[in-house]
Amino acid sequence: MVSLNQLIAVCLVYVAGLFLVAFLAERAAFRGRGGWLLRSPLVYTLSLSIYCTAWTFYGAVGYAARSGLEYVTIYLGPSLVMIGWWWVLRRLVRIGRAQRVTSVADLISARYGKSNLLAVMVTIMAVVGVTPYIALQLQSVTLSVSIFAATETASGQGGQINDNAAFWVAAGLAVFTLLFGTRNLNANERHHGVVIAVAVEAVVKLVALVAVGVFVVWGVAGGLSETVARIDASPISTWQTGGGRWTALIVLSAAALVCLPRMFQVMVVENDDERHLQIASWAFPLYLLAISLFVVPIAVVGLELMPEGANPDLYVLTVPLSQGQNGLAMLAFLGGFSSATSMVIVATLALSTMMSNHIVMPLWLKLNDAGATQSGDVRTVVIRARRLSIMLIITLGYLYYSASGGSGALAAIGLISFGGVAQFLPALLGGIFWRGATRTGAVAGLSIGFVVWMYTMLLPSFGPDAALSAAVFDHGPLGLGWLRPQALFGIAGLDPTVHAVWWSLSLNTLLFFVVSIFSFPTPLERLQGAQFVNVFDHSSGPAHGWSASQGRTEDLMIMSQRILGATEAKAFFKREAAQQGRMGVPPVPTQEFVQALERELAASVGAATANAMISQIIGGQAISVEDLMAVADESAQILEYSSKLETKSRQLAETANELGRTNEKLTQLSLQKDSFLSQISHELRTPMTSIRSFSEILRDMEGLSAAEKTRYASIIHSETIRLTRLLDDLLDLSVLENGQVSLNARQVNLHDVIEQSVTTAQASSARPIDIRRKPRNEDVTLHTDGDRLAQVFINIVANAIKYCDAAAPVLTIAVRRHDEDVIIGFTDNGTGIPVEGQNLIFEKFARLGNGDADGAGLGLAICREIITRLGGQISYVQHDQGGSFEVRLSRTGLAREAQRLLPA
Amino acid sequence: MPEARLFLERRSYRRRRIMDAVRMLPFLCALLWIAVPAMWPNGAGGTEAMPLSVALRYVFIIWLLTITASFALWRRTGREDKASADTSARPKA
Repeated sequence: MVSLNQLIAVCLVYVAGLFLVAFLAERAAFRGRGGWLLRSPLVYTLSLSIYCTAWTFYGAVGYAARSGLEYVTIYLGPSLVMIGWWWVLRRLVRIGRAQRVTSVADLISARYGKSNLLAVMVTIMAVVGVTPYIALQLQSVTLSVSIFAATETASGQGGQINDNAAFWVAAGLAVFTLLFGTRNLNANERHHGVVIAVAVEAVVKLVALVAVGVFVVWGVAGGLSETVARIDASPISTWQTGGGRWTALIVLSAAALVCLPRMFQVMVVENDDERHLQIASWAFPLYLLAISLFVVPIAVVGLELMPEGANPDLYVLTVPLSQGQNGLAMLAFLGGFSSATSMVIVATLALSTMMSNHIVMPLWLKLNDAGATQSGDVRTVVIRARRLSIMLIITLGYLYYSASGGSGALAAIGLISFGGVAQFLPALLGGIFWRGATRTGAVAGLSIGFVVWMYTMLLPSFGPDAALSAAVFDHGPLGLGWLRPQALFGIAGLDPTVHAVWWSLSLNTLLFFVVSIFSFPTPLERLQGAQFVNVFDHSSGPAHGWSASQGRTEDLMIMSQRILGATEAKAFFKREAAQQGRMGVPPVPTQEFVQALERELAASVGAATANAMISQIIGGQAISVEDLMAVADESAQILEYSSKLETKSRQLAETANELGRTNEKLTQLSLQKDSFLSQISHELRTPMTSIRSFSEILRDMEGLSAAEKTRYASIIHSETIRLTRLLDDLLDLSVLENGQVSLNARQVNLHDVIEQSVTTAQASSARPIDIRRKPRNEDVTLHTDGDRLAQVFINIVANAIKYCDAAAPVLTIAVRRHDEDVIIGFTDNGTGIPVEGQNLIFEKFARLGNGDADGAGLGLAICREIITRLGGQISYVQHDQGGSFEVRLSRTGLAREAQRLLPA
Repeated sequence: MPEARLFLERRSYRRRRIMDAVRMLPFLCALLWIAVPAMWPNGAGGTEAMPLSVALRYVFIIWLLTITASFALWRRTGREDKASADTSARPKA
């Protein structure tokens, strides 16, 4: 026999080895080495093997010894799910990576609008469902220890040793999980130490079970055919399972593979590469096949060799021991120990993440109202919460074990646990395949499923008069016969497991579906739903908008530092700033940035908590109108309709504006016409009046002297000239304004034009004026109508001669070039035009002051028209003293301009 | 998808048929594992029950065949993926 001390020593060495492996893996990962192994599909597949717990290692044989082939359903279900990876797991893994999901509770909560209620429900259900399972692992270890201890100690001390073993195993597991499970806060990062330890344990348990199997088949039974013969001769020689139970168990185990928190942890959260999934799709079923291959032979041989009443759950240990194979028994013990410890470690890790993210952190946030913005490191809070949760869960498992007194067959506890977590399935599958699934529906389905599971599976498992009285078993609560826990609705005679699985899952699904159909999701739910269901269409699309404003970056930075750590947060902000194209300054809190930050935080504290923390700072989530439109099923039509509407209303507004402008213009034109007519009448009437009166004098007055006659006649003559000139001007202006002018464009020299103008202007006036010019500058060749240009210049120079109020008038004509333009400035030394008149001088009939009535006030208006026709500009420029007229003409553009304006 | 083509070149066609097989395999396997054992006599109706050794052999052979098929499909998709970089494998026939 192996002595207890030897056993403990081997165990300690093995555990020390595990710690070392985990430590080395963490260190290698930290240094960025060993990725070929740590991130390999092999390790991924092996880590999935935590599905096979002590329940498999010991329980499967016991199960087979009791019920024949039925045990294999527990491995057929997962094999089916893995082979069908394309349908569910691929989707789950992609969503897990896209949404930085930290646990199964996080996934369900995130899908249904980041609901914390759902997260809490799933967490509690998981803890309730998995705690018995953890107790089961402790029980299996103590049971196996008791086998070795049985021969050595008196029966009185056996219980003591068992309790001690359970306690020390629980403590050791807690220490391991604390050490390697809470090293990094980001639950999305791989726990390399844990994963590699789990992989090693997977190999150990497989080797151990296969070794026992090989020994049994070839060492005890004496070969394959002999083994088959023994099977046929054994008490379990026939197929005993009913079709309903067979199907129910396969469905249950398939559901458990997807829903178990620990499986979700290794399969989705710790997944490094989506391609590993397809490799695992054949490698993991192969593992399961290998591990369940020898179960029936061991059970058959055990039934044959072991005395009546021996616990069939321990045949894996007792058969080799009975054959004197101490080494093999030790290996088998280590295998069982491995399967128990790896399950407890990962399950605790997964549950603690859920507890700290969904229960402790929200509570903490609520208690600290200013929570997200105050200073201090939240990381310590999160890590402490996680460590506390780890200890709490292991303690719960230990307490459950102590309280239940290690009773019940292993398989029963395992199935109950499966039944509990399988309740997540409708909400989970509905969430990733059906956009119509709502939060209310999920809450309703989970609640009814959980209650039915408790009532039909968990509570009855303690036996009559334990949790439920025998009366309830027989007659239902309060004598309601149709509510009997193992015969709901009066349907008796079903297998209890089938009964519980059927009612809990079907009521769960039904309620989930019906309530989902009749409830209406919030916008956030609908957005998340679309994200999850269409994960392969737009994995990186934004989920929703934050109405972020400037000036919040500081707060966000403080919060992120506290959750991610100072260096990580700074690096993240720097990266985001660089992406926004900003260097050395914090990033602008754009929607994209806040979303990225939320996702980053979600990896550490879960979606719901991250969402709550961000909204504490940003102050509420804005779902933009576009988002809402996109959510609406009729979005396409709405968008199209509204864009059409928008176009129409814009067109209408434009038309109305144009009409208004036209109306204004017409009114102005009408006013202009009126004033023009009245001006014209006035201008025509003045000379007409004097012509008429003087002609009357000449006609009627007798005895006029010759000198008088001459004077009056010359007045009439000059007034006629004035009238003619006025009419000429009017005609000229009208022609110019109507664009019917014919310009005679040709190459002219500016100097000549100015020369001619000055000479003409001076000739027509007696008033002397000093005209100063710089002929050198005037030597510019223009393509223009020289006569018309001269007309303008003559007008300006004549005005200067006429109106300059200086004692010795001086007119300076300066020509300068500006880019492609020639600017001719006419500056006199008079006081210039008063400010109020400057706007008017280019208007028709604008005459300043009451100067003599010689001009009709059309000269500058004509000038402006001409210059405009020539493609230039004329303006009056105010100086400190006086002002000047400036004519701007294009040198190069003139030809082109002229061609455009001048008829060919 | 820039344009929807009705017919594919040989390699894309082959890849899609392999993905069809990947998708169908679990259903075939479920049929063999769930529907067939459900029809086995378990001795309840007075008929002779199915021998366990036969049932055992049946379940494990199906298991092995499915694993082999899954492995072969993985090899094929791996090769096809290497040949063309498109890994999205959308369910389009």
